[in-house]
Amino acid sequence: MDSTSLIEWLRPDWFFDLAVVSDEYNRGRYLAGLWMTIQLSVISIVLSLIVGAVGAAAQGAQSRTLRALVGFFVAFFRNTPPLVQLYFFYFAIGTVLQITGDNGRPVPLVSNFGWAIISLSLFAGALNVEIFRAGIEAVPKSTVEAAEALGYKRLQIYKDIVLPLAVRISLPALGTNLVNLVKTTTLAYAIAVPELLYVAAQIWSEDLNVQEMMNVLLLSYVAIVGVLVWVLHHWEKKLRIPGYGR
Amino acid sequence: MGRFMTTTLASAALALVCGQAQADQLEDIKADGEIVVGVKQDYKPWGYLTSDGELAGLEIDLARDVAERLGVELELVPVVASNRMQFLSQGRIDLIIATMGDNEDRRKIVGMIQPNYYAGGTNVLAPKSVELEEWADLDGRDVCALQGSYYNKRVTQLYGPNLVAFAGIPEVTSALQNGNCVAFLYDNTWIESQIASDEQWADYEMPFETEDPQAWSIAVPLEELDGPYGQKMSEIVTDWHKTGFLIERNEANGIAASPFLQEMHEKFK
Repeated sequence: MDSTSLIEWLRPDWFFDLAVVSDEYNRGRYLAGLWMTIQLSVISIVLSLIVGAVGAAAQGAQSRTLRALVGFFVAFFRNTPPLVQLYFFYFAIGTVLQITGDNGRPVPLVSNFGWAIISLSLFAGALNVEIFRAGIEAVPKSTVEAAEALGYKRLQIYKDIVLPLAVRISLPALGTNLVNLVKTTTLAYAIAVPELLYVAAQIWSEDLNVQEMMNVLLLSYVAIVGVLVWVLHHWEKKLRIPGYGR
Repeated sequence: MGRFMTTTLASAALALVCGQAQADQLEDIKADGEIVVGVKQDYKPWGYLTSDGELAGLEIDLARDVAERLGVELELVPVVASNRMQFLSQGRIDLIIATMGDNEDRRKIVGMIQPNYYAGGTNVLAPKSVELEEWADLDGRDVCALQGSYYNKRVTQLYGPNLVAFAGIPEVTSALQNGNCVAFLYDNTWIESQIASDEQWADYEMPFETEDPQAWSIAVPLEELDGPYGQKMSEIVTDWHKTGFLIERNEANGIAASPFLQEMHEKFK
């Protein structure tokens, strides 16, 4: 067997026959969709972690109003479906948040991508608040008292003692929520953010290759979530304190 | 007794399965006493919901006529562009009468009944203040569209708009009125009837030359196209043209006279 026929034999024809590989127009759209999904995921993950940390800190505050506000925020975002939130932001709040352009036409202040980021971050952030709170409550009281005895202030205790331990305790639950967040980015399809599901649906309604695109879509998400799970796992291992927890 | 019952039931079930495999769909429909037709519910006045929540419109009239001619009850199932062909091939509906354009690609998936019963083209609905003049003006602009429309790809490749495609017409009209896009890429037939009949479009126009004329077909499952079911449907559509039923229903639903219908009427008269 000479080398060219070996390459020929190794070449998986089905892969090169895929509509998202063989057709240049479809390939471009697919890659743009993949990039959009990655952007949505990464930005929402970062923002939701910030929302979660700030929210959990506020929940431990002395002000009763602040605690009630956080409680309301969590209840609102945890008790409503993310798709409904997305529609609410885009179609209800979006009509109010606009300015009038030069030709008298309304110009929206936040784009559909912007609303997707806001909605996804708040939704996952609300769940992160609860996850971090559970982690914070699991930090032994005696540890906090020991820090107080050493003269640490409230904020210092939160930043240097409670949060680092709480993050480690929260990691498994946090991982589940972040994986869910990545999968929830597909909802942005509903407000026409051109992410993976959106472009896949465009391609299959034009090329009528529903079955093929379903397979491509499924494997794409397996890969994306696989990377996230690997990172989280790696992180969990790195942060492990010998003798603490497991 | 128990075993006798099991055997009887098993053979009855077997007979049923074999019977279904052999009979054609027309027989099945008549045996069930019901035909399930997929129609649009957001395409006034072809297929829409009245304020009482009833489906009405030109295509609902056509579906009713089909059921009447077959002597069966009519069940209407609302469909959208991106799911109607799947519904048909999965057997959820028996017939599509849902503003569906007839083309080569689709003929590989569903049985497009000839002759075509209607025809439309592509245009945009845009606020007059945007001042669009020709198709090339769409280049780089956000243009709303409907997921699954056949012209999305063609228009994107030719004129380079940034398509913002939604699942249904209510979402699109809301986005268009909010300024999320400068125009709505859609069928000229729908745009014409909307501008003519609905106050909310008073400051809107259809600025371009209608492009890419497309004949519409009703559709049966692909394997039924040449069978008795497909032939019966073809006869019915021919008769609609011949008797002027389509022209009469078109007018009764308040749609502007269609040159295509006139031409077909002359041809089959």
